[in-house]
Amino acid sequence: MVETEAASIHLVHPDTYGYCLPHIEMLVKAGFPSPADDYLEGKLELTKHLVDHPSATYYIRVSGDSMIDYGIFDHDLLVVDRSLEPRQGDIVIASVDGELTCKALAIKNNVPYLKSGNPSYPPIEIKNKETMIWGVVIHAIHSFRNRNR
Amino acid sequence: MMIGLIDCNNFYVSCERVFNPKLENRPVGILSNNDGCIIARSNELKPFVPMGMPAFKISPDLQKKITLLSSNYELYGDMSQRVFKTIQNYFHHVEPYSIDEAFIHLNEDQKTVGYCRNVQKIIKRNTGIPVSIGLSSTRTLAKIANHIAKKNKKHENTFCLDIHGPDFQHILENLPISEIWGIGRRLNAKLITMGIENAWQLKNCNPKFIEQHFSIVLERTILELRGISCIKLTDFYTSKKNIVASRSFGQSTNNLFNIEEAIRFHTFRATEKLRKQQSIAHAILVFLRTNRFHDRALQHNPSLAISMSYPTDDSREIIKTAQKGLHNIFRAEYHYHKAGIMLLDIIHKNQRQLDFFTYTQNNQLIKRNDNLMQVIDRINQKMGSYTIFIGGQTKKAKWHLRREQLSQRYTTRWEEILKLRI
Repeated sequence: MVETEAASIHLVHPDTYGYCLPHIEMLVKAGFPSPADDYLEGKLELTKHLVDHPSATYYIRVSGDSMIDYGIFDHDLLVVDRSLEPRQGDIVIASVDGELTCKALAIKNNVPYLKSGNPSYPPIEIKNKETMIWGVVIHAIHSFRNRNR
Repeated sequence: MMIGLIDCNNFYVSCERVFNPKLENRPVGILSNNDGCIIARSNELKPFVPMGMPAFKISPDLQKKITLLSSNYELYGDMSQRVFKTIQNYFHHVEPYSIDEAFIHLNEDQKTVGYCRNVQKIIKRNTGIPVSIGLSSTRTLAKIANHIAKKNKKHENTFCLDIHGPDFQHILENLPISEIWGIGRRLNAKLITMGIENAWQLKNCNPKFIEQHFSIVLERTILELRGISCIKLTDFYTSKKNIVASRSFGQSTNNLFNIEEAIRFHTFRATEKLRKQQSIAHAILVFLRTNRFHDRALQHNPSLAISMSYPTDDSREIIKTAQKGLHNIFRAEYHYHKAGIMLLDIIHKNQRQLDFFTYTQNNQLIKRNDNLMQVIDRINQKMGSYTIFIGGQTKKAKWHLRREQLSQRYTTRWEEILKLRI
């Protein structure tokens, strides 16, 4: 058996660290039950709030300006849910001839096509192309500091 | 009762295709650790390259036409979990069987091929991974059903094998016994010499006779072929009973310092796996290999198994034991080509029997060491493998994993998530 120097080592559980915010913060005086105890509701978890289907959700980082009119900017982080049925108007990740891209799903005269969020990029006709909707973009996370987050 | 087997189609390749759709409909191969040989092939690659072929044997002409990738276990592990979690939403009782297979138990309203086809579509949509589903009354038959679902395109990857169906006999007669769950190469050869070549013949064997001449597991296989469910998953597969970690040195060496380092590295990796499956090992086997293609006079392939003073998963203890073993077998006059270790007699942690005399004083210590190992594993998980390591480690040592064609770890590292130019 190997002896170790440290007196005790504890696990820091990742779920309780990093992306949680305390919901109620209160100083509790020793000896008195906190009046807020009845209202304790746990923590707000951003991942849970943003992600409905964890095993179908993927993250993608984008670069470029073709979607700025939809509020997707260079270096934004996209949260993509594959389990959703794509609807008209959705921002989607689509695979066009084997190339993945981010566009809006639009329909004109009953024919679906892919639309950019920037007038300088022409819309993409889906017909005659090997096209598949890869997933539906449910959030674009735009950071102002730490742009690599 | 109805049992199903869900199996991911060309799993490793399918994982790569999710993030790189260009690979769709193209021949793709996945290379083993160290980029040594082909361990997974897309259907398109199968006609050109046999399983297990060393990468260097693939002609340059062919290499240009195909895509070879290093194995990206971080990605495959995460995708596997996603598939299993999705399956769990649609079937109550799911038993993962390997990284890409799970048995399911179906209740009345899930029994239909239609229901399974629907789940199949959902798995493909949600995770991007195509799967095949085989249904029947036992695990052995479900495996066969899955095999048929994959082989025959008209079934669209879902097939139900009905033991009372009109084509049951025909199907089994056309199935070589080597395709039956649990029948390995040796057993296959032995049965064939006895004239038992297809599943139908095996099904009609006398189970008692088979039990006497072979094993109780093969007897159960016969009963399962007859529709009597009696094989538990644990009969074939619990956690791994042995864990092996070894690798060739880039160049033969007789430098003890380098070999010590390699042994430490392999042992550390093996103990990580050991802890992951919540097991402890009783003993460790250390082995060295000289290059068998060299002069016969210079061959030395020693190995030595040493038992630990008590079964453990403590990397430090096991590394210490491994080094002891190495010093025992190492001879400086030989140049070694490969070094490795194997953890032996692995049992589940809960089965740990403590030494009667040392129990009380050690109990506390064991708990503390457990915590330490857990912390190390968590840190390495979070910050990258080998952030914390036991003993020194030369950067870019020769025996480091070679993964030159590695795709990104799209789902487990923020720095490596999919990047799109839009």
